[in-house]
Amino acid sequence: MKTCLVVDDSSVIRKVARRILEGLEFEIAEAEDGEQALEACRSRMPDAVLLDWNMPKMDGYEFLRSLRRMPGGDAPKVVFCTTENDVAHIARALHAGANEYIMKPFDKEIVEAKFQEVGLL
Amino acid sequence: MTPLDYDFLRKLVKQRSGLVLSADKQYLVESRLLPVARKAGLAGLSELVQQLRGANAQALAVEVVEAMMTNESFFFRDRLPFEHFRNTIMPSLMVARAAQRRIRIWCAAASTGQEPYSLAMCLKEMGPLVAGWRIDILATDISNEVLEKAKAGIYSQFEVQRGLPIQMLIRHFAQLGETWQISPEIRAMVQYKPFNLLNDFAGLGMFDVVFCRNVLIYFDQQTKVGVLDRIARLVDRDGYLLLGAAETVVGLTDSFRPVADRRGLYAPNAGVCGAAPRLAAIAGGR
Ligand SMILES: C[S@@+](CC[C@H](N)C(=O)[O-])C[C@H]1O[C@@H](n2cnc3c(N)ncnc32)[C@H](O)[C@@H]1O
Repeated sequence: MKTCLVVDDSSVIRKVARRILEGLEFEIAEAEDGEQALEACRSRMPDAVLLDWNMPKMDGYEFLRSLRRMPGGDAPKVVFCTTENDVAHIARALHAGANEYIMKPFDKEIVEAKFQEVGLL
Repeated sequence: MTPLDYDFLRKLVKQRSGLVLSADKQYLVESRLLPVARKAGLAGLSELVQQLRGANAQALAVEVVEAMMTNESFFFRDRLPFEHFRNTIMPSLMVARAAQRRIRIWCAAASTGQEPYSLAMCLKEMGPLVAGWRIDILATDISNEVLEKAKAGIYSQFEVQRGLPIQMLIRHFAQLGETWQISPEIRAMVQYKPFNLLNDFAGLGMFDVVFCRNVLIYFDQQTKVGVLDRIARLVDRDGYLLLGAAETVVGLTDSFRPVADRRGLYAPNAGVCGAAPRLAAIAGGR
């Protein structure tokens, strides 16, 4: 079973994402911010990360940059999932090593399409 | 709605578009056509039918047919057809058409444009490979409403997130408030035209590739066969046909055969299609 780390400071979003991704046969871990997410990656590198941008402590962008510098940190497919929906943010994310980008609001179809896009399904 | 009214509407829609409405689709017809009736200032469906039975109902009938269509489409729908296009069709046509350097593509039920634009983006991303080639994409649909949307090339945030890789969104679209508009350059690669698949195909010219996806499923057997055989007459012998995931030629026509290991891709059967038997086709015989 593939693993996905869901990183979002909203417990509601994490719950929705968990339900969708479990439906797609992923084993889910959760983190509330970038720091927790890095910690989770250090103990177990996931196959996928669904990543919010704006979070307290460490935001998604900073997390991604740190992740990509970690040993083995280039492996996970990172899919941003954020309300930041302008071209500048998207371009920055891709430049920092994001594989795909979901603009909130999202639903099962979008998550499925994007995970398919990066070869996770 | 009375059974008689329903029967009238079913016949009208079938006759004009090929769309088959089974007996259990009454709820769908009601929910789609009530707004049409209201818009025309009519109280309900029986008034609508009454109006349609009278003279000068042409415009109203067109609206009724358009309202009954399912126009759902996505960019790179089902992925595979577009992989076939990139990896099988284009490489083979670029050899076969090396002298003419010309390729004609037809999207026969283009709906809101995602399919022809997906092809246009594929071509654009081939870059220098297709430099100097003239590649036409003709996109047609029975519904004017969807063609207007297609021409504008404006899609919701939801629509650009189903099937379209984010890199392509960034490369080929501009943000327009809450929506996204495909670039003028991609738009210019597609020509839109209203066309009913039940009509005579003469005048469309010959094609190397025909996408006829997710429309035959709405037709009965006889209509499917008719459309496929008429497509066969305007696909070149070394051309291709692509159908939707739930559609096939198998058991319907000998004009095409499935291409091995390429799901959804069909090739004309030798001797049936394209240039050679064109005279016979014009004469109406096969
Ligand atoms: C479900 S959409 C398919 C769009 C696209 N080909 C795809 O696969 O995503 C079906 C389209 O077929 C069109 N259509 C239905 N009957 C037609 C007819 N007789 N002639 C031309 N187009 C027709 C509808 O208007 C609708 O836009």
